[in-house]
Amino acid sequence: MRASLFITCYNDTLYPETGRAVVTLLERLGVELEFRAAQTCCGQMHANTGFRAEAFSQAKRLVRLYSDAEAVVIPSSSCVCMMRDQYPGLFEELGNESLRRDFAALLPRVYELTEFLVDQLKVEDVGAYFPHRVAYHPSCHALRGLHIGDRPVRLLNKVRGLELAPIENVDRCCGFGGTFSVKNFEVSSAMLGAKVHDLLSTKADYCTAVDNSCLMHIGGALHRQYAGMRTIHIAQILAATEGAAEEAA
Amino acid sequence: MSQAVAGHPILDPVLAPTFPKAALPILRNAQLRKNVTHATDVIQAKRAKLVAEKTDWQDLRSAAAEIRAHALENLGEYLEQFEARCTAAGGTVHWASDAAEARQIIVDLLREEKASEVIKIKTMTSAEIQLNPAIEAAGIHAYETDLAEIILQLGDDEPSHIVVPALHVNRSQVREIFARRMGIKDLSDDPQVLTGAARNYLRQKFLKVPTAISGANFLVAETGAVAVVESEGNGRMCLTLPRTMITLAGIDKVIPRFKDLEVMLQVLARSATGERMNPYTSLWTGVTPGDGPQRFHVVLLDNGRTSILAKPKERQTLRCIRCAACLNTCPVYRQTGGHAYGSVYAGPIGAILTPQLMHLEHAQTLPFASSLCAACYEVCPVKINIPEVLLELRAQVVDQERKGMDKFKDLLYWGLRIANLIFARAWLFRTAQWGGRIGLRFFTGKDGWIHWMPSWGGRWTVSRDLRGLPDQTFRQWWAARAKGAK
Repeated sequence: MRASLFITCYNDTLYPETGRAVVTLLERLGVELEFRAAQTCCGQMHANTGFRAEAFSQAKRLVRLYSDAEAVVIPSSSCVCMMRDQYPGLFEELGNESLRRDFAALLPRVYELTEFLVDQLKVEDVGAYFPHRVAYHPSCHALRGLHIGDRPVRLLNKVRGLELAPIENVDRCCGFGGTFSVKNFEVSSAMLGAKVHDLLSTKADYCTAVDNSCLMHIGGALHRQYAGMRTIHIAQILAATEGAAEEAA
Repeated sequence: MSQAVAGHPILDPVLAPTFPKAALPILRNAQLRKNVTHATDVIQAKRAKLVAEKTDWQDLRSAAAEIRAHALENLGEYLEQFEARCTAAGGTVHWASDAAEARQIIVDLLREEKASEVIKIKTMTSAEIQLNPAIEAAGIHAYETDLAEIILQLGDDEPSHIVVPALHVNRSQVREIFARRMGIKDLSDDPQVLTGAARNYLRQKFLKVPTAISGANFLVAETGAVAVVESEGNGRMCLTLPRTMITLAGIDKVIPRFKDLEVMLQVLARSATGERMNPYTSLWTGVTPGDGPQRFHVVLLDNGRTSILAKPKERQTLRCIRCAACLNTCPVYRQTGGHAYGSVYAGPIGAILTPQLMHLEHAQTLPFASSLCAACYEVCPVKINIPEVLLELRAQVVDQERKGMDKFKDLLYWGLRIANLIFARAWLFRTAQWGGRIGLRFFTGKDGWIHWMPSWGGRWTVSRDLRGLPDQTFRQWWAARAKGAK
């Protein structure tokens, strides 16, 4: 199977190890990956902050860029959510017929990473080895946006050596919310404090998620507090194998 | 000075500080936050249990959403039908286009009644139009009869929740307020003793005040009936003992048929208080000789509602039945409580309703007071897609900013404008990645992490570190790998 990797702007810049892990993982599973160097951002930050015209220009750019891709894999649920939930409205309002047609044709071929693994490749056991206690944080966009269900948990359950730690109030937001985290930084920090409390109670070694944005937020607080827990994107866990422990954050 | 005379400065969207500013003192108030967390936890757990036992909950939600949407699509028709039926049954219907007009109508009615006192059933709409200060200014004393509202009125406080207005006050604080204002010595904080004190206080009012004011949960177009649901029986008292009843209702409260109540009352009670049925459901239609108030007025309030109705995306806001399930589940509300929203309508629904009622001239920070986690949408019994409306309003606020002068001092505004130019070209994006790496190196500690940044970055590092930018972006790694493979 062939697929095009949309790495997302912040993974590209801040978390390249997640991208490398996606490549390791998917190539191990026999996927022929390509990377289109013209890619930048899906427009989510602009759309969620109210900059609709700007979000539209980025959305249009992305649809044009991937219109001939067999499948687009994205290791970030919020970016996939942006495309599924917000692109239609943006294109309805600001786009033309040809753009709407291209988008409608592309959308069914856009997958969040764990969706791609479970639904397209039909694998749950990806042959990973990660001997740690791990707390899975279901990001809001994965949970209530994509309705991703237990796909990430099914994948994690098949990782050898991995012990899943349940989190109290598991479906509650960590308080990131993009520019919310700086526009309302006091409230965001209070929400993060509650989340970190629940996470540390799990006594897990790692907190994982399908979004590095939540993990950047949670990991930032864990680091600030010298807490004995680290964050790691699910792709890095799934890419890890015995003897070739993938670099962790 | 009493709260009622002073007005509601905290909850007046025109005067309220921005959300982040208003939230700050609350975040520092450990007692209030503990009270809010405890109360919302209790209600949420009850709701979750009662929703789970309903195997057709999603069908009920769909039905409720459809009833409300249909009523709004045909609002003019149903309002006229309500007016006709209510009038035929002996009620008098008044139309108020805004808060000032509604206040004037009600004050005039009270003067006609020669009222010196009036008893009130809990009504958020009366707080929306700041009715109590207007009544007091006319020399008439308004007595709240809902237990929570009494606590707030006697404590010179303001509602912080749509269903449980004194949710931010715990019982030892209630004990203190009652002891002080009712002059009771040796009052314990046992809930039964406290409600007993309120009961004594209220009985006198019920027996001697002949004029009452209520809100409405629903207006039934088909029959002209008004429905009020409550938990304490104070509403039932107000609806039976007084001579005159004045009901204030938003025009959005109308439902087409009597049988629609079957659906609406089910979703409301389960969502609001986690009960199968609320304890008191009162329905009255006009005037019944020898039974209940003999003079009945309904004031139908617009106050910005028709302008919301005119906008297809925002219209769903008016489906709200004020159950407050979105408040209880909201991770923002759970930290800040209601007062930070600067409006009687707090939480996610307040964040979309208040700015719209203000025609977006005030409360512009409210649409941004959400992490867009969508927990509100998930619990909403009438399926209001609150995140969608938040985004719509955010876009409108930014469009205002584009036209105004404030943007010149808003660094985030320019940051986003410039980011958009950068994202338009991959070579510019690569350059920005390189520039960012060099620039942030200055702030990156020996441990490879950033602990402090200036300006907007400082709003991140106030509570969070940020890992320094890695030496190689993913695209650089990919390019190097491709080259190596050749």
